[in-house]
Amino acid sequence: MVVGDTMTTPNTNKDAGELASELVEELSDHAELSKDEIEQQISKLANQYSMPVKEAHRSVRNNLMEKYDIGDGDVDLGNQEVLVGEINQDEQWVDVTVKVDQLWEPKSDSVGQVGLVGDESGKTKFISWAKSDVPELEEGKSYKLTNVVTDEYQGDYSIKLNKTSGVNPIDEDVEIGENKETMSGAIVDLQKGSGLIERCPEDGCTRVLRNGRCSEHGDVDGVDDIRIKAVLDTGLSTQVVIFNAEATEEITDISLSDAIEMARAEMERSVVADEIREKIVGQYYEITGPMLGEYLLANEFEQTPQTHDAEAVLAKARSI
Amino acid sequence: MSQNESTQSSGSGEEQPQNSGREVARRVFARELEDATFTFKESDDERAPVYLLLPTGEKANRLFIAGTLTEVNDVGSEDEYLQARIVGPTGTFFAYAGKYQPEAASFLRQAQTPCYVAMTGKPRTYDSDDGETLVSLRPEQINEVDEATRTKWVLETADQTIDRIEADEPSDQCNQLVNEHYPNVDLPAYKEAVITAIQSTMDAESESEGEQINPEIVDETQPSAEAGSGVK
Repeated sequence: MVVGDTMTTPNTNKDAGELASELVEELSDHAELSKDEIEQQISKLANQYSMPVKEAHRSVRNNLMEKYDIGDGDVDLGNQEVLVGEINQDEQWVDVTVKVDQLWEPKSDSVGQVGLVGDESGKTKFISWAKSDVPELEEGKSYKLTNVVTDEYQGDYSIKLNKTSGVNPIDEDVEIGENKETMSGAIVDLQKGSGLIERCPEDGCTRVLRNGRCSEHGDVDGVDDIRIKAVLDTGLSTQVVIFNAEATEEITDISLSDAIEMARAEMERSVVADEIREKIVGQYYEITGPMLGEYLLANEFEQTPQTHDAEAVLAKARSI
Repeated sequence: MSQNESTQSSGSGEEQPQNSGREVARRVFARELEDATFTFKESDDERAPVYLLLPTGEKANRLFIAGTLTEVNDVGSEDEYLQARIVGPTGTFFAYAGKYQPEAASFLRQAQTPCYVAMTGKPRTYDSDDGETLVSLRPEQINEVDEATRTKWVLETADQTIDRIEADEPSDQCNQLVNEHYPNVDLPAYKEAVITAIQSTMDAESESEGEQINPEIVDETQPSAEAGSGVK
């Protein structure tokens, strides 16, 4: 899925020969090394001081980096390559393969560059400090960024480029996916504005009408639409979830034309919301989709997900 | 929209990030709820939310429950006032719906008991003539659900009850209130209730293999018999 990257975290199962080949390959841009020689050095160190091969490899590698004056940022340090959407810890050293989505105007002279980068898992903020002298990123270009540090602020994660970070342009055009959230809970309420609604027909408006009026364009001939605004409740937190027409039909089996027909037959538009309420309130769902402001947009969902195993919960109960 | 709790920040660092200020619906077994008698507000504002103090150390302004609706009785004198008994593996929830809960009342009037239901509601306390404080629910939403949903609710409620029993941070506002107002709190009893509840779902699983089980009317003095089978 990513660039040709043979270097991963040295595995304890690898023998000196394998580690030596990897090291030669890893440093090949900077030094002509003999695989046999390196292997010998690793083995000797490992045997002589009866240390794990992995440790011997590390030591040999550090010596070579010093000898050939190779900086940390110049090579792949074997950090974990992660997707930006997977970052959930502060101060982790990671590698990412991303496209620059946006560059923002730095608000302070100490900031070199700031903006958004993204990969298939979504987008995240990045920042580089002016004093770090990191090569500049270009909007729309894709890079493999090595040795970057994760940062957390109020639950949001970002990455920081530093002196040792590697900025390697790649030919691949990384596709940026949406930031997805998954939440599992019970639908405990339906909010106003669910069911058969009318939207403003003005170009680019689509506001939901109240009593036939658009807050921007006044009295208009509304366009019918169907949607759900539901409260998903985990028992510890709540989240308003929006189902658009397509998702509404999928979860309730009620299409827009069904809804119009139901409303016509009963001479009452609210029957649609009532029917939706009966179908989904009180049910458990696991819902996945992008966050839209404060709303979770339901792209995928599963009814009554098996999130609790009776045996496991029993064991937990008995352990207290 | 009417209840905007901007003044509500007296507590210590709790797990607060609750979307749009809506009160979360706690998962509580009947066994624990029947011991919850103390209510409080976090500000003097008349419209500030009222919380029921759970003995396991949490505040509840709203509950989500599931169980077997066994009986609906009109206990009103003039206007209709419906009492619903919703039975779970650890005891019975009582819910009351009158003219201000038209949707819930309409559901209860037409419900074919017994059936599994899920309900969102507000806890209400009431002092009986003999001085006992009784807890009931005022329904906001009620719907019929299937057995899988009820089972999931039991396991989820078990899980969250255990977490509440375990989390006994002494600085927590709710734990301080528990010490003050429930001096004889019996956490082992809630642990036992949790275990009974989980086991009831396991019995039901082994008995219902391959056949459709209907919920059975039970005497709530023996609530743990609820998981038994009763083919229509």
